[in-house]
Amino acid sequence: MQWKLEKRPEPSRTMVYAAPVLAVLLTAIVGAAIFTAIGYNGVGAVREIFVTPILNPLKWQDLGIKAAPLVLIAVGLAIGYRANVWNIGAEGQYILGGLAATAVALSTRDLAGPWILPLMAIAGVAGGMAWAVVPAALKTRLKVSEILTSLMLTYVAIQLLNYLVLGPWRDPMGFGFPQTPLFTADQVLPIVVPRTIVHLGVPIALVVALIAWFVMARSLFGFQIRVVGAAPQAARYGGFSANKTIWLALMVSGGLAGLAGMLEVAGTFQRMVPGFPTNYGFTAIIVAFLGRLNPLGIIFAGFAMSVAVVGGEVAQTTIGLPNAAVGIFQSMMLFFLLASDVLVRYRFRRVGAQPAGSAA
Amino acid sequence: MKADIAPRLQLRGITKRFPGVLANDDVSFAVRPGEIHALLGENGAGKSTLVKMIYGIMQPDAGEISWNGHPVTIPNPKAARKLGIGMVFQHFSLFEAMSVLENIALGMDERLGPRELSRRIAEVMETYGLKLDPQRIVSTLSVGERQRIEIVRALLLEPQLLIMDEPTSVLTPQEVEGLFATLRQLAKRGCSILYISHKLHEIKALCDTATILRGGRLVDTCDPKAETSRSMAEKMIGGSLKDIRKGEGRSFGAPRFVLRDLSTRSEDEFGVAIDRASLTVRAGEIFGIAGVAGNGQNALLDALSGEVLGERADAITLDGTAIGRLSPSERRRKGLCAVPEERNGHAAVGDFTLADNAVLTARDRLGMVGAGLVDRRKARSYTDKVIGAFSVKALGAHSLAGSLSGGNLQKFIMGREILQRPSVLVVSQPTWGVDAGAAAAIHQAIVDLAAEGSAVVVISQDLDELLSLCDTLAVINEGRLSSPLKVGEASIEEIGLLMGGVHGTEAEVHINPGGGVAVEA
Repeated sequence: MQWKLEKRPEPSRTMVYAAPVLAVLLTAIVGAAIFTAIGYNGVGAVREIFVTPILNPLKWQDLGIKAAPLVLIAVGLAIGYRANVWNIGAEGQYILGGLAATAVALSTRDLAGPWILPLMAIAGVAGGMAWAVVPAALKTRLKVSEILTSLMLTYVAIQLLNYLVLGPWRDPMGFGFPQTPLFTADQVLPIVVPRTIVHLGVPIALVVALIAWFVMARSLFGFQIRVVGAAPQAARYGGFSANKTIWLALMVSGGLAGLAGMLEVAGTFQRMVPGFPTNYGFTAIIVAFLGRLNPLGIIFAGFAMSVAVVGGEVAQTTIGLPNAAVGIFQSMMLFFLLASDVLVRYRFRRVGAQPAGSAA
Repeated sequence: MKADIAPRLQLRGITKRFPGVLANDDVSFAVRPGEIHALLGENGAGKSTLVKMIYGIMQPDAGEISWNGHPVTIPNPKAARKLGIGMVFQHFSLFEAMSVLENIALGMDERLGPRELSRRIAEVMETYGLKLDPQRIVSTLSVGERQRIEIVRALLLEPQLLIMDEPTSVLTPQEVEGLFATLRQLAKRGCSILYISHKLHEIKALCDTATILRGGRLVDTCDPKAETSRSMAEKMIGGSLKDIRKGEGRSFGAPRFVLRDLSTRSEDEFGVAIDRASLTVRAGEIFGIAGVAGNGQNALLDALSGEVLGERADAITLDGTAIGRLSPSERRRKGLCAVPEERNGHAAVGDFTLADNAVLTARDRLGMVGAGLVDRRKARSYTDKVIGAFSVKALGAHSLAGSLSGGNLQKFIMGREILQRPSVLVVSQPTWGVDAGAAAAIHQAIVDLAAEGSAVVVISQDLDELLSLCDTLAVINEGRLSSPLKVGEASIEEIGLLMGGVHGTEAEVHINPGGGVAVEA
């Protein structure tokens, strides 16, 4: 007897939307079991990670500012993924966006005016895009996989960041700490909810996601992205150039990651530090899939993932869970999501001892 | 025939149900030893399902299979082969990079040494007059030769019943003759043959008995030699066959679509490049391109639709305008619409609605995009118009293209292009895998479009289709086009030779005046 994966005639619509919820539940159950087995308070860990951030109002602002970059980056990635363009290097593009915005901030320290922030935003977008130019050019000219090039460029970006904050950009008044000077008032994002740390980046992420949803659903650009992803040959026949689509997808995802980097450096850090890369670019990959590659879904997925991120921090302090545990929970979530996706589209069936259809 | 001998294969009341469909409904018939028995039916009539149950790939829900008089269950293909049932599939399963001998060895249930296997292969080939060099690498073989590997592989098992699934769809007329000679010889030695096809004249030429299926049910078992092609076709589709109405004494206008030495590079090492193709299609003319599968038909379509660009702009002209360097969208705006052979994933996106599939190719000519946004209402109303005009069986514009049957999707695709009123229409395999009723509707739509003054190019492997539809014919072989032949003056033998790669320069081609085109309606 053998088991065979067989395509379902039509995947159930309920299950398509239930799969992310199911994945989170499975993660919680399996996570609790594993951490109990290796000697931690497993149930406590799951409670701290998935429940505490939601129940504790003090944590809500953290959820918002952690969700914003995740949503922003994931929306860009999702547009690329829809077109089968696998940008894995959003982390690098995010760093470059932050660096470009910092460069603007450092050169406008003696200036004032409301134009500085928009300029930083433009620089951030341009920085992210510039980092995505390399994989796009290599992919369209030499057919080099963008998965490898975009990922490897992330490590280049980290080295670049370290070089800048340790060298030319180090704050001369900073007691030797590897960081830039604090940004001025005109270089920092305004707070939108008084007496919290919720900055302008949060509503920007929401608006960008809504615009992306409209563009994907209604515009010819969205149509092009969907056709190229669903049937590349049909796209070519329909008159959509594959290379142009690769460029567009990488520029959009790189640009949005760069914007997220700018918002993060100007909103949360308010200076550039070596600890700026916090894996948002990688976590956003999970967010994009958890949100079904749909910008509206990504808003919810971004908040769900930021619960896990904030909860992971809580669990580190309250029950001494190692930092790596958060990564394990995130990876499990992606794993269970992809696994349940397979089962939404396929089902197991028993077949006879011999594989069928062998004329040969 | 002697009635006292038990039939080789007897089916009684075979029924097979799939979710939503009754694929076979109480089918009973028998195949005698040494009989060539045709299994005839449209696509979706249940032929494949029935054969899969005989070959052990599926199990019937009800009914009984008897083998040489004894009821049997056939749990899997290995058991079928053990009983003595061989099968040659329509799609070959061969390893391109391996030799003929290695491919045959891989498909054998019993392990034989290479020397013993070579000896037996040589024996089989000699007995049946099959020519094949066991040391050749498969990728260098023609389709006909590849089919011979499959046949040899089946014959090595000394089968008592050989199932052939649409074997001639990839062969030239001469290769078909060779295959028939082999099959007749096989039958004379007592092997029964179950021959699946929808080509009626082949069945008349080859088979002793024909079992006709329609909608999963057995309609008739008859003697094909006593029937006409038309009567069998009508049993097959369950209605009367419509003839194509071509206007009498059609005259053609000025040249609309002209190729001058069009060449493209092949996209990969296994592909075929178009090599200096030239042709002229006039207003109102239907120009057919015949050829054996894999001789550059897809490359030609890609080159004409603009998916693959040649070097020179003036290699293709439409009403005198050079369009050889324009993209598919730009060519569409100039009036050239195209339909590629593959429906799923090329001409249409299965996961998209019909309305979205209309946007795919009709957006520019029909103004479905404004300010970067897709005008969904226009897309829907055009889709509804196509569905209505071409009687596409679909729930509506919101149906997924992938949920339509092959024939209905093809009608939708043809309608989507034809209702754009193109000046030039290029179609590849317009009725491939389409039932007879839908095929007739598609043919009529092509003829009507030409009658309105469009130039039409039809690329097809179905010679009968081209001979009944086209005014002029050229043959494509390894990416090269032959000189045009007038339909009605060209002989089938000559076309067959061109398809097999015997290139006639203009001086050498002899067009037999009145050299009877052997097609029966």
